[in-house]
Amino acid sequence: MKEFLFIYRRDVNNIPKGSPEEMQIETKRWMDWIGSIAAQNKLVNRGNRLEVGGKVVKGLSLVTDGPYAEIKESIGGYSIVKANTIEEACEMAKGCPVFSIGGTVEVREISVM
Amino acid sequence: MKDFLFIFRVDYAGMGRLSAEELQNVAAAAKGWIENIAAQNKLADKGNRLIPGSGKVLRSKDIITDGPYVETKEAINGYLIIKSATIEEAVDIAKNNPLFKLNIGGSIEIREVSTI
Amino acid sequence: MNDDKLIPHLFRTEYRKIIAVLCKTFGLEHIEIAEDIASDTFLQASETWGIKGLPDNPAAWLTTVAKNKAKNYLKHNKILLDKIMPGIKYSAPQTEETIIDLSTENIRDSQLKMMFAVCHPCIATEAQIALALRVLCGFGIDEIASAFLTNKATINKRLVRAKDKLRREKISIELPLPDEINNRLDVVLRTLYLLYNEGYYTSQNENILRRELCYEAMRLTFSLIENEQTNLPQVNALFALMSFHASRFDARMNEKGEAVLYDEQDETLWDKKLIQQGEYFLQQSSRGKQLSKYHLEAGIAYWHTYKEDTKEKWENILQLYNQLLMLEYSPVIALNRTYALSKANSIDEAIAEAEKLQLTHNHLYHTLLGELYKNKNVQKAAFHFSEALQLAKTPEDKQLIQRKIDAL
Repeated sequence: MKEFLFIYRRDVNNIPKGSPEEMQIETKRWMDWIGSIAAQNKLVNRGNRLEVGGKVVKGLSLVTDGPYAEIKESIGGYSIVKANTIEEACEMAKGCPVFSIGGTVEVREISVM
Repeated sequence: MKDFLFIFRVDYAGMGRLSAEELQNVAAAAKGWIENIAAQNKLADKGNRLIPGSGKVLRSKDIITDGPYVETKEAINGYLIIKSATIEEAVDIAKNNPLFKLNIGGSIEIREVSTI
Repeated sequence: MNDDKLIPHLFRTEYRKIIAVLCKTFGLEHIEIAEDIASDTFLQASETWGIKGLPDNPAAWLTTVAKNKAKNYLKHNKILLDKIMPGIKYSAPQTEETIIDLSTENIRDSQLKMMFAVCHPCIATEAQIALALRVLCGFGIDEIASAFLTNKATINKRLVRAKDKLRREKISIELPLPDEINNRLDVVLRTLYLLYNEGYYTSQNENILRRELCYEAMRLTFSLIENEQTNLPQVNALFALMSFHASRFDARMNEKGEAVLYDEQDETLWDKKLIQQGEYFLQQSSRGKQLSKYHLEAGIAYWHTYKEDTKEKWENILQLYNQLLMLEYSPVIALNRTYALSKANSIDEAIAEAEKLQLTHNHLYHTLLGELYKNKNVQKAAFHFSEALQLAKTPEDKQLIQRKIDAL
């Protein structure tokens, strides 16, 4: 089994705001999706959600505000799963609710070295 | 104390131009940098390094592209979590990373981890 | 792994708490800020709970996050902060911390005051109901549109206009003065009554959302009972009325989703607890001097909880309808009164009375006449039912009338 990092990105300024009921359904979809990975005993680390702002250090005197801003989407959080192959990890990622708000999931193999 | 995620981005092409000797020095310096953070009891999670060039990006369940997510020419190559009182302090810690002595691009994104 | 399930409608419940408190704190003119803060809170929940799992106390989590967001908002908005500070500046030193008060007590107080603001006489009735659903109940635009069987644009327009009105008239969130409460309460109760009826009558189609409208109306009415100043006889009467009607939810629809008329309902499906609840609050409502239309309608609904046709039952219903008509005329009440007359007195008398109503453009009028004639004069019954069939608008109504024609 290898470990894979899921990195969730979305355009934080462009998330459709549904009614409370819809947002609750969205929340449940996230919980169920991670729950399903955990149920297969493939969740290594739930990971974290990140606050919206931040800083980017590009050099000793080059510090910019905000998340990495070259693209509209910023990282909203990450989790770690285990799978035999990257294809299998992608298969799990396909159910991620982030797609419904136009977001992406980057799947990266973690180096064991 | 708050937790801050450091997201490391490098230009893998730029890294490739370094000699074996230079790479070894960078690795040693990076190790020293992390040990120094740990010595101050500010390392919350030593994080992980990601395999270069590996990865997939899913834009939906049907649109899957190869390779890491490349923002400009840089891609994420690792992360860790440090503890600090303010984001400014976290920025100072990041500035000491040997990456910035090399002039091969790269950056550290610093993001507060939600605790609630 | 936390296996706890999310409580149904948790976000909706928390939404209305957050909105009420923040509107009371910031002023109604900043209702959009309150709505944004609530939305951002849920967004953060969906990201965090997804990754980290459900917190131990989801409701408290939402409250804390909303409070932090509101505090942050104030920190970065000195103008608003200065605006809401002066009133309290001279008492104990205030911080953003103490201004944003999401205690149970303040939530209840804010929600109650919010009801009076939303049901302000200066706002059109239709807009009041939409606004109530939005800010008092936490429904989304889509949900309100589907509850009203209309489109989003219409609802949006109504809400925007209502919010404008709130701003222009500088409606503040406070309880009316004691001597005004009775008058202002009239408007509040009318809105709650219409909200309930919207769910109960408009469509025969069973739709979970429509039943929710009824429960929401009951919840809001009950919150008036919980407050000493608004726990007045007419409020108890309205709550009794709602309870009696709600007791028949399960019986008024068959498995196929078709409406079951009162006469054909299986009374074992009537909810005894809700009937008892209705009886209790009807009794409570009789402690004043005032007799409102809600008293009369609750009385009629009370007698309908006896399935068996007795002289006493229909005589009581008839007299209550007679009183109701004197308080407020409506064609439906007049028709129902005529039906009661046929049961209490005689069909011939009812036919004679019905002919006098001359509501020839109303399908219910012809349905009633068809019903009265069906055992007397089949030809006349058939004529009225076919008139009714032509006038009926909804497929459900047409279906009901067709069944009556087939049964002739």
